[in-house]
Amino acid sequence: MLTVRVIPCLDVKDGRVVKGVNFVDLRDAGDPVEQAKVYDAAGADELTFLDITASSDNRDTLFDVVSRTAEVAFMPLTVGGGVRKVDDIRKLLLAGADKVSINTAAVKRPDFVKEAAERFGSQCITVAIDAKSVAPGRWEIFTHGGREATGIDTVAFAEQVVSLGAGEILLTSMDRDGTKAGFNLPLTRAIADAVSVPVVASGGVGTLDHMVEGVTEGHASAVLAASIFHFGEFSIAQVKAHMAAAGVPVRPVDGGTAAA
Amino acid sequence: MRTVIVDYGSGNLHSAAKAFERMAAPDQHILVSDDPTEVARADRIVLPGVGAYADCRAGLMRIDGLAEAITDAVIGAGRPFLGICVGMQLMATVGEEHGETPGFGWIPGRVTAITPDDPGLKVPHMGWNDLTHCADHPVLKNVGVGAYCYFVHSFHLRTDTPDTCLAQADYGGPLTAMVGRDNMVGTQFHPEKSQAPGLHLISNFLNWKP
Repeated sequence: MLTVRVIPCLDVKDGRVVKGVNFVDLRDAGDPVEQAKVYDAAGADELTFLDITASSDNRDTLFDVVSRTAEVAFMPLTVGGGVRKVDDIRKLLLAGADKVSINTAAVKRPDFVKEAAERFGSQCITVAIDAKSVAPGRWEIFTHGGREATGIDTVAFAEQVVSLGAGEILLTSMDRDGTKAGFNLPLTRAIADAVSVPVVASGGVGTLDHMVEGVTEGHASAVLAASIFHFGEFSIAQVKAHMAAAGVPVRPVDGGTAAA
Repeated sequence: MRTVIVDYGSGNLHSAAKAFERMAAPDQHILVSDDPTEVARADRIVLPGVGAYADCRAGLMRIDGLAEAITDAVIGAGRPFLGICVGMQLMATVGEEHGETPGFGWIPGRVTAITPDDPGLKVPHMGWNDLTHCADHPVLKNVGVGAYCYFVHSFHLRTDTPDTCLAQADYGGPLTAMVGRDNMVGTQFHPEKSQAPGLHLISNFLNWKP
């Protein structure tokens, strides 16, 4: 049976982890590669790097980080942040990313999604959508970290990018991000029920029950979280044990192979 | 011993190469190449592939002599072959994604869209799924039923000959997870992304003597 993916997300700036795990035994806790190794061993189902490097001069550090991560972590790696051109995607895939997430560039020019999917295949194109509630049952797309309103309806936009070839939607509730109040479930469900592709729920996880609700009530195919993992509140194993106990199918942290 | 991972412009060969290098013995050399001469010299051949079937086929045909070199090595010389994802689908007779496109024709069957019985199931089939059926095959040693593997695909290979289906997973009905015959195998899932079971499979392939 297909299992629900549990995905830790690392914020990376100038090749260094900004928000990351406080593992005492790491030689270099600021190195995304070291953290990727820990998550690989812990049974994470995928890993997401969000590059928040401000200057494009430092983009090469990201390619180096992605390349070194692919040498040590044998699980899917999604990289996003600052992806604006087809060539940005090509470079990240060549470095070792499996999926690339497009955010602002997809809002500015939805046809970019089509060009990317035609060139590289839908399976490696994730569209990251940041949404805020503007009225009951209505959510608007925001860009620039939630500061700029676009007037675009989130459900309509999600349907549009999927029709253009997006293979996955990474949906972040800007109302909930950082609040630990749980996913925005009506938003998550509205998008997950509207599109044919998997939806990754993001923004607001504070408890183990929130992870379960994202799937059972939000209808998400995967759940992404940052701070609950990074600050050591919960391990991947704890999250998966809790989800399994609630009846959500998850991959055992040992991979399910007899020889592992 | 030289294993060539065929580079025909499809997807991320970096992570595949790293997984093979990790599992290779000191005397096993892993090479990423689009050169038909290298394919002809290789002891083992890996054909990866992501994206659409028709695009992958076109990418393969764009390099003069590459498809012929692969056929000569696999069918003519009987060298061990591993296809991954669309690389596995290309072993079929024909693919239906973006129009009908011929494959190598080594595994009789068609690559058709996944149509789960449950309309609530998403396509692409993306994520970790466990193998529900496995043949007794050297490349599946220590992998087997219950191993979780990473899949991402919207089409799958329906074989006409049941004995060429080596493994299945379930997604609103049976999905072909692995095919093979003689000196060739192909996985729909990505062993290079499937952590322990995937690395076992890669190691088994590198040591396989069909």
